[in-house]
Amino acid sequence: MHLGRVIGTVVATEKTPNLEGIKFLIVQPLSRDGEPAGKPVVAADAVAMAGPGEMIYFVGSREAAQAMPETFVPIDHAIVGIVDQLHVEPLPKSKRKAKE
Amino acid sequence: MRLARVSGTVVSTFNSPIFDGQRLLLCDYLNPDGELAGGYVIAVDVVSAGPGETVLILDEGTGARQIMGVSGGPIRAMVVGIVEEVAVDRS
Repeated sequence: MHLGRVIGTVVATEKTPNLEGIKFLIVQPLSRDGEPAGKPVVAADAVAMAGPGEMIYFVGSREAAQAMPETFVPIDHAIVGIVDQLHVEPLPKSKRKAKE
Repeated sequence: MRLARVSGTVVSTFNSPIFDGQRLLLCDYLNPDGELAGGYVIAVDVVSAGPGETVLILDEGTGARQIMGVSGGPIRAMVVGIVEEVAVDRS
């Protein structure tokens, strides 16, 4: 489960039947410092509250489908929470070697 | 499982029900020698780990749901242990 920021929405009317009624948002994954890290993904909004620009946390693979009311759905990313506050220790300068 | 250091907390009120009342810790992955391995995870804490502590992270849904005692839910990453000692055999 990782941090992300909602940067857009996706509308797709022509889709497999069991994706009906699911709201899709574009999520920019974030590093542990809240900086953009990696490629945006299209995630199902399991919380149905996430608005543009909000920091969220999302989960991938089978657990994404488990976030939906109907769990046997072809979903591989799902927003499972909105971040109210993030308190994180900055990485020590010298040890910041591996890329998040 | 993986070793990680507790580096922060995520506070959230709107979330999937399984996270209600759960403590979410942001953990940076570590190598066995205690150095940052790169990457992090947000994990549900069930052992009351404190900031800066080295912990054991389980990142697998079936095991996580087993610990939570539920059959469903979007949970994968959990803090399942507080590490006192890591000894690496360098021979």
